[in-house]
Amino acid sequence: MAVVDRAARKHRWDTKFAPYAYVAPYFLLFGVFGLFPLLYTVWVSLQHRNLLDSDGAYFIWFSNYHQLLFADPYFWNAMGNTLSLWLLTTIPQILLALGIAQLLNRKVRTRTLFRMGVILPNITSVAAVTIIFAQLFGRDFGLINWVLDLFGAGHIDWQAGTATSHIAIATMVVWRWTGYHALIFLASMQAIPASLYEAATLDGAKGWQQFWRITVPLLRPQIIFSTIIATTGNMRLLAEPLLFNPGAAASTGGSDRQFQTAALYLYEQGFTNWDFGYSSAIAVVLAIATVIVAGLGYLVTKRIQTD
Amino acid sequence: MRPRAMAIGCAALATAMVLSGCGSESAAGGKTKLTIGLFGNFGYSELLKEYASTHPDIEIQDRTASYSDHHKNLAAHLATNSGAADIEAVDTGYIAQFKATPDKFVDLNTKGGGQLKDRWLAWKWESSLSKDGQQIGYGTDVGGLAICYRRDLLEAAGLPSERTQVAALWPTWQDFMATGKRFQANAPAGTKWFDGGPTVLNAIVGQAPVGYYDKSDKLTLGNNQEIKQGWDLVVDGVQSDLSAKLLYSTPAWNTGFKQGQFATVTCPAWQMAKIKDQAPDTAGKWDVTSVPGGGGNWGGSYLTIPKQGKNVDKAVELAAWLTAPEQQARVFTGAGLLPSTPKLYDDPAIVNYQNPFFNNAPVGKLFTDAAKQLQPQYQGPKAGDVQTAIGNAMQRVEQGKQNGEDAWRQFVGDVQKLTS
Repeated sequence: MAVVDRAARKHRWDTKFAPYAYVAPYFLLFGVFGLFPLLYTVWVSLQHRNLLDSDGAYFIWFSNYHQLLFADPYFWNAMGNTLSLWLLTTIPQILLALGIAQLLNRKVRTRTLFRMGVILPNITSVAAVTIIFAQLFGRDFGLINWVLDLFGAGHIDWQAGTATSHIAIATMVVWRWTGYHALIFLASMQAIPASLYEAATLDGAKGWQQFWRITVPLLRPQIIFSTIIATTGNMRLLAEPLLFNPGAAASTGGSDRQFQTAALYLYEQGFTNWDFGYSSAIAVVLAIATVIVAGLGYLVTKRIQTD
Repeated sequence: MRPRAMAIGCAALATAMVLSGCGSESAAGGKTKLTIGLFGNFGYSELLKEYASTHPDIEIQDRTASYSDHHKNLAAHLATNSGAADIEAVDTGYIAQFKATPDKFVDLNTKGGGQLKDRWLAWKWESSLSKDGQQIGYGTDVGGLAICYRRDLLEAAGLPSERTQVAALWPTWQDFMATGKRFQANAPAGTKWFDGGPTVLNAIVGQAPVGYYDKSDKLTLGNNQEIKQGWDLVVDGVQSDLSAKLLYSTPAWNTGFKQGQFATVTCPAWQMAKIKDQAPDTAGKWDVTSVPGGGGNWGGSYLTIPKQGKNVDKAVELAAWLTAPEQQARVFTGAGLLPSTPKLYDDPAIVNYQNPFFNNAPVGKLFTDAAKQLQPQYQGPKAGDVQTAIGNAMQRVEQGKQNGEDAWRQFVGDVQKLTS
């Protein structure tokens, strides 16, 4: 009797605690690499702290935030650029990805090749992509200006203007990420039963109507997912604006900060000014802004009609 | 960096640490592996090979990055106490900022640096000395100043091209701009007088008796007439369409050398190595002559030893060897970097050296004369960042975004923010 009892108790322990043990590795890793850096950033953001002189740091509580939010036009300039780039990257990305997925969802020859092809930009190095695009957008010898010249449109100094620099940077991001989202949409499109389209065809719905009335509503969860992923990525663009303007002034994002994103401003404050506390405060504010913008994106995409 | 990205970065770093032991470690076969972090072209590749062959127990790895990446990475590695090379080069523009935290570096005075002190120009030694007298770096080169110019382009515009005649065209910077206007009137299509406003301005600032900071580390911009007059002069040059509007050390500027987009460029000694690297096809078309205004300095570097290294003593030994006069002489004849050791300024091997790439210009005589005339300028804590800010301001004028006065006003505001 006693033996059975002990085994039963052991079994209870097992069922009670084993699940926690199974998920523990994830939470341990998350704690070390996710939660700890997050809290540490918040802690540093409350200090006046030089990057190289952590012993000399002291608490100034919310002074960094006060300075940032109420007395720093360059921060708001950077936030404005971030939001502009978010719009210019996220919306074209989702729309183009839907279009590409629709095209790939047909019976074409070598479609596996095409499907693999769209993901290629995504697996190339962001630094290489940016350097090559920066050359394409070059002022004097860039390919794009050369083509514009052929049509008599003249040269554009892409880096000098606010709009032109944002367009150039958005192009790099869209080129790199559209294929990724297209594959996600494509996978879900293939799960839509053909009977829906057949019924719609019998009712006389044209291809365009079928796309907007059947395909897009049924892709709603994937569109929400893609919007959120794209938002979190595009709100912290760093490599593209940094490498678009190489040289000693790279971290200011143009001569007049015309394409300095919030992440780039954070980088400038942290690694040029060595103001680690201020830089951390920017990181915290940017994280909060990203959550808000992602929430907005969620609310908008949720409104896609499903009935 | 956002927390998520930070997490990924940390994970990657942790993996790398496990795999590589993060930083210097003993290589296989009992060899000591020394890493050396450089930027641009220090002319060390032959010397490092030679050192490794005469020291069989040492293996050297050269990590060269771009100018701004190098200094930002160094700051990050010092902050995290991990990842720095055993020897790290630091440029004049950044040395004051780094020497403010001398505890991150080996004090070379405790490693026999005191005995070597007399090798260097006195001001070179002092500019890497911390407030409390810790020496954080051995001097490599000094910049000096000259002008590199394209003989063929000057001839095409009907100007003289012999170096003494060319030097006679521009005793002052005003003359330099006036000559530019003559050049531009007959210039070959697609060619401007100088590469970009920021480059010219850096040379003019480098000649001022007082730079962006006075010796008490106070900013001088409110009353520094030399810098403001230089600014106005360059703005006038830009507005007279003399500038190719290329920012130095960018890919577009490098292309400019190949395409002959400008006829002159400010030439500290280290610039010669850059031109040769960027546009090898233009050999013989370039020449070097003296700079308007005379004297002045731009750039020059130091080799520092971060304390976090595991082979500090061997690194100190290598840094001392690389900066010894014998090696600096070879760097000068190899890559053109001007020695910071005055003993060499009268050495016939240096003084008589002519650079074949630059039409056999007597660069030995030219630069040692410049070095002897050189009045050292005090570099304050953020001189490098102030230089970046004034470069941005000049670019705003070049891009037509602002006029000279507005750009200057914004620059002064930026600098106050930078140093507040």
